[in-house]
Amino acid sequence: MKHNLILRVIVKFLFPVIALFAFYVLFHGDIGPGGGFQAGVILSVAFIFYALVFGLETTEQVLPPHVLRILASTGILIYIGTGVVTMLMGGNFLDYDLLSQNPVEGQHIGIIVIELGIGITVSAVMLMIFYAFASRGRP
Amino acid sequence: MTDTLIDIALLAFLATTAIAIIKIRNLFVIIMLFGIFSLHTAALFVVMDAADVAFTEAAVGAGISTVLMLATLALTKDHEEKKPAHHARIPLLVVLITGSALVYGTYDIPSFGDPYSPAHQYVKPHYIEHSIEDTGVANVVTAVLASYRGYDTLGEVTVIFTAGIGVMLLIGGRLRGRDKKEDEE
Repeated sequence: MKHNLILRVIVKFLFPVIALFAFYVLFHGDIGPGGGFQAGVILSVAFIFYALVFGLETTEQVLPPHVLRILASTGILIYIGTGVVTMLMGGNFLDYDLLSQNPVEGQHIGIIVIELGIGITVSAVMLMIFYAFASRGRP
Repeated sequence: MTDTLIDIALLAFLATTAIAIIKIRNLFVIIMLFGIFSLHTAALFVVMDAADVAFTEAAVGAGISTVLMLATLALTKDHEEKKPAHHARIPLLVVLITGSALVYGTYDIPSFGDPYSPAHQYVKPHYIEHSIEDTGVANVVTAVLASYRGYDTLGEVTVIFTAGIGVMLLIGGRLRGRDKKEDEE
């Protein structure tokens, strides 16, 4: 599909839109439907779309596989780290109330932070799986 | 009334897609039909006012899994080897018995949206009444997922992470060091 002009132009146009929508879903998940899981999947779809048209090699230059491995573990560490931080502040594991002076605001911060962690892990893992399958077919 | 009509139409589409998936032998077409099946399921969730679930179903079921199945298909052939020659009588019998047992079981399920069903009696009223003052988050689903049930969600993320590691260990093994050695050779 590398020589299809229309697809190439459309991907270049849609990539930022899809990525932006992913971040909207991630950080708007506390008000509307959505959250880390959906946002992660949508963000990985943007890269998969790019890879389908421009090829896996080009995508790997933008986002190398070893970066994905680091990102996948980073997301989960952010999640667990939030829990550990609340423990260090004298509360229970994942007790967001302590993250701020105001318990409600602390909850809000905690929820956004762990949603971010979920999003990073989910998108990295989805891309890892896609890379694993797509690079299999190469000679 | 409109909801019922939409439900009936969507369920009819679902059944048609399912039957088509059973009948068709071309795997590429089947994958596309899987995507359509997921999209119909997502639409059903929207009708049931479960926007978050519908979102996930549309993104994961119709989007990512279709791509992953296509990527798998690229590694194999897009046709099944041959049509199975035997008539599957015993499996059909087992499926019929299990299916009727399941349908029989649905008679004990509380009707959709019944406020007195056990699931709506235990912690759910507390979540709905207090989630705003407890967490300040307007979407109750997010409040439950990320705050009240934070441990469960941590488990889910760990499951996804483990799945990624599993796939990478099984078929991802293109390590950088090994590639370099191969290049030198």
